[in-house]
Amino acid sequence: MNLVLLIEQLLNGLQFGVMLFLMAAGLTLIFGVMGLINLAHGSLYMIGAFAAAAVASATGSFTLALMASLAAAALAGVIVEMVVIRRLYDRDHLDQVLATFALILIFSEGTRWVFGSFPIYLDVPAALSGGVNLPFGIRYPAYRLAIIGIGLVVAFGLFLLITRTRIGMRIRAGESDREMIGALGVNIAVLYTAIFALGAALAGFAGALVGAIQSVEVGMGEPVLILAFVTIVIGGIGSIRGAFVGALLVGLTDTMGRVLLPILFRAFMEPSAATAVGAALASMSIYILMAAILLFKPTGLYGSA
Amino acid sequence: MRRETLINTILTLGLLAVPLVAWAMDETYAITLATEVVILALAGVGLNLALGLGGLVSLGHAMFFGIGGYAAGILASHAQSYDPIMEWPFLIEGTQSMPVIWLLAIVASALVALATGALSLRTSGVYFIMITLAFGQMFYYFTISWPAYGGEDGLSIYVRDRFPGLNTLDPIQFFGLCFVLLMVCLFIVARLSRSGFGLALNAARQNETRVRAVGIEPYRLRLMAFVISGAITGLAGALYADLNRFVSPVMFSWHTSGEIMVFVILGGVARLFGPVAGAALFIILEEALDGVSDYWHIYLGALLLIVVLFARGGLIGLLAGRNGGGGHD
Amino acid sequence: MAGVAMTETLLEIRGMSKSFGALKASDDVSLDLKQGEIHALIGPNGAGKSTLIAQIAGSLRPDSGEVWLEGHNVTHQDAVARAKAGLGRTFQISSLAMEDTVLQNAMLGALGARRRVPGLWRPVMRDSDLRATAMEALREVGLEEFAHFRTADLSHGQRRQLEVAVALTLRPHVFLMDEPMAGLGAEGSAILVEFLRNLKSHAPILLVEHDMDAVFQLADRISVLVYGRIIATGTPSEIRANAQVREAYLGEEDEE
Repeated sequence: MNLVLLIEQLLNGLQFGVMLFLMAAGLTLIFGVMGLINLAHGSLYMIGAFAAAAVASATGSFTLALMASLAAAALAGVIVEMVVIRRLYDRDHLDQVLATFALILIFSEGTRWVFGSFPIYLDVPAALSGGVNLPFGIRYPAYRLAIIGIGLVVAFGLFLLITRTRIGMRIRAGESDREMIGALGVNIAVLYTAIFALGAALAGFAGALVGAIQSVEVGMGEPVLILAFVTIVIGGIGSIRGAFVGALLVGLTDTMGRVLLPILFRAFMEPSAATAVGAALASMSIYILMAAILLFKPTGLYGSA
Repeated sequence: MRRETLINTILTLGLLAVPLVAWAMDETYAITLATEVVILALAGVGLNLALGLGGLVSLGHAMFFGIGGYAAGILASHAQSYDPIMEWPFLIEGTQSMPVIWLLAIVASALVALATGALSLRTSGVYFIMITLAFGQMFYYFTISWPAYGGEDGLSIYVRDRFPGLNTLDPIQFFGLCFVLLMVCLFIVARLSRSGFGLALNAARQNETRVRAVGIEPYRLRLMAFVISGAITGLAGALYADLNRFVSPVMFSWHTSGEIMVFVILGGVARLFGPVAGAALFIILEEALDGVSDYWHIYLGALLLIVVLFARGGLIGLLAGRNGGGGHD
Repeated sequence: MAGVAMTETLLEIRGMSKSFGALKASDDVSLDLKQGEIHALIGPNGAGKSTLIAQIAGSLRPDSGEVWLEGHNVTHQDAVARAKAGLGRTFQISSLAMEDTVLQNAMLGALGARRRVPGLWRPVMRDSDLRATAMEALREVGLEEFAHFRTADLSHGQRRQLEVAVALTLRPHVFLMDEPMAGLGAEGSAILVEFLRNLKSHAPILLVEHDMDAVFQLADRISVLVYGRIIATGTPSEIRANAQVREAYLGEEDEE
C-alpha cells in the first residue's frame, strides 16, 4: 500500500470522524445537561438531509439547502422537545428509550409517507465538485475537504460557546446543578428547549452534508446514531471534548480498518478469504475498540463517574 | 384467584384456543400468526427477566435472537448440503434435529451473554443501554460482512427442522411445540423470580447499596440474569428461524431489540405474562393496521408513546391494577 | 489505648485520611470499638461523619490509613466483603427496596447472612429458616405486624426501624449505625435507646448520632469529630467536661 492511499484514507477517516462529532456533540450535550438518552437523534439527522434535498431540488442552491437543513432539524427539535421530550426528563432511562424509539417509528414512517421509500439524491455543489491538489501528488475531493473544514469550525465554535459565553456557562451550570441554575433566574424550560434545538440543528446539518456524498433515504440516521453512541461511550458521556476525541478515534478506526485489515490478512491468507475475514473484522473494529477502552475506563476517556 | 392470575389464565387459554379453532377451520395463516405470537413472547420472556426483574435496560437482545436463529440456520444449511461444519480436529456435521439445534442456540447465546454481559455490567445506566446496543450492532455488521453464511442475503432452511415423534411441517404441531417451550420458560422464570436469587436481583434493581450492605454482590446476580435472559431469547431465535425457514442479519438489527422491548412494555414490564400480552397485541395491531395503512408503524409509534407517557403498567397493568409486579409472596 | 488486649477490639481505624480537592474530609482519624460497648461519633454538620462511615463500610476508599475488623486488615475489601466479614450497617437515609414488602427486606438480610450465592430455584419466601430469622428481627424492632406492608407505605420512623431490623438479620459482629434516631420523634427514640442498650451485648455499636440526649444516655465512649479530625475521645462525663469540645461543638448544639 502506498503513501498516497494511506493519506487519502486518513483524510476519509477524519471526514467521517468530524461528521460523527456533529451527531455526538448534540447527543452528549443533551445527555449531559438534561440526563436524556435520545434514540431519535438519528431521525433529526434524516430530517436535515431530506429538508436539504427538497430545498436543493426546488431552488438549486446548496447554501439554501444547508440553511434549510439547520432550520428544519431545529424546528423539529423544538416541536419534539415541547410535545414529548420535556415529559421525559424526570423519567427513568427505560421510558426515555421507549418514547424516543416510538419517535423513530413515527419519523421514519412519516418521512416514507411524504418522500417515498426510494433514495433521493442531493448533489455536491458545482464549486466543490472537483478535486484539490495536495502535497505528495494527492488529489482529494474538494467537497470532502470542505466538510472537514466546516466540521472543525463547528467544533471550535461549540467549544467557544461552551467555555466562553454566558449561555455556555448556563449549560455547564445545568450540567452540574439543576436547582442552582433555576435560582440564578434562568428559565430552565427555555434553556432546555434551546439546547435540544441546538443538538437537533447540528444533527440535521450533518445529515445534509453527508447526504450529498451518500444517498438521502429513510433510516439513514440509524447507523450514524449507533456510531455516535459508540463515540460518546468511548469519549465519556456528557463531555464535548470526549465526543471530539471519540469521534476522530471511531472515524479513523473504522475507515482505516476497512482498508488495512484486508491487506494485513492478505499477507498470510489467499486474497478472497483475506478480503472476507478483513472486512468482517473491520466491521467489528470500533466495537472492539469500545470494549477495550471500557475494560480500562468504564466511564469513557473523559467521563466522570 | 388474583386478578392478574385470572388474566394470565385467560391469555394462556386464548393463545391455545385461537390456533385450535383455526385448525378446525383449516385456517393455516391464523395458526402461523399464533405461533409467531408464542415465539416473540418467548423472546420477550427472556428480556423481561433482565429488564423487569433486574432493571437491566438491554438494547442488544437482538444479539441473542440472531445467534439462536443462525444456530438453526447454520446447522440446517450444513445438513442440507451434507457438508460438515468442520472435519478437523474432530468431525462436526450439520443437523436438522431441533433438540440439538436448541441446545446449541441456548449454549451459544449464554456464552455470548456471559462475555458481553461481563463487560457491559461494569457500567450502568445509559452506558449499559448504549453498550448493549453497540454489541448487538457488532453482530449485525459481522453477519452482513461474513459471506460464508449468506451475508446480507441470509440463509434459507428449505425444510423445517425435525423433532422426534412430531411432524413439524404441520402448523398445529409446530405451534404446540413452541407453546410448550413458552410454558416451560415461563415456569422457569416464575421460579427464578420467586427464588432467593430473584429476591436479591429485584432488590438490587431498587437499591443496589442495600444489597451490597447485606453482603451480596449485585454484579454476579445481574450477570446470571443476563445469561439466562440471553439463553431464553436465543431459544426464541432458533424457533423463529424455523417458523420462517429463513434467517437474515435483520434478526440482529437493533430494531429487533427495540421490538422485543416493545412487547415487554406494551404487555407490562416485570409482569410474568407481560411479554405474552405484548406480543399478542403487537401481532394483532400489525394485522389490523397493515390493512388500513401501509405505514402502520406510525400508529404503533403513537401507541407506544401513549403507553410510555400515560399508561406505564402496560396492558396487564391496565387490566390488573397497579399492584402485582415483582411476583413475590 | 495501651494495655487493652487486641482480642477485645473488634473494629479499629488507623490514621485514616481522605481529601476531596482542598477539603480534608478525614484527617488522620484513628478510633476503635471494643466488645460490648457503644462508641458514639458526634460532630457538627460537615464534620465528615458520613465520609468516615462510608470509608469504614467500604463504599469509599481512603487516601491513606487502615481499617481492621476482628484482627483482619479489610482496607482493601469492598462493602460486600466487609458485610460478609461481619459488619452490619444502617444508613442515614433509609436504603431499602421500597417496592418490596417489609418482610422481603428483612428476608434479604437473612439471605445475605448465609454468606453464599442465593439459590435459583427454591421459593425464598417459603424458606422457613430465613423467614424465622427475618420475623424475629422484625419482632425485635416492633415491626412484626407490618411484615406484609409495602416498604414505601411505612412511615419515616418505621423505615428507620426496618433499617435496624435488616442489620439484625445479618447477625453482625460489629454494628455501624448512621443516625438511626433521625426523625423518630421522642417516643420512638426512647424505644430505640432501650433497644440499642440491650443490643450492644450482642455486638458493639459504632453510633453516629445527632440526638445528644440519646448519645449521652447510651454511649460508653464518645469521639468528637470536627473538620475531619477527632479532637477528643472519652467517657460522656469526660467529653462534657472537655473545654475544647464545649468550644468547638457543644456550644453550637442548639443551632441544629
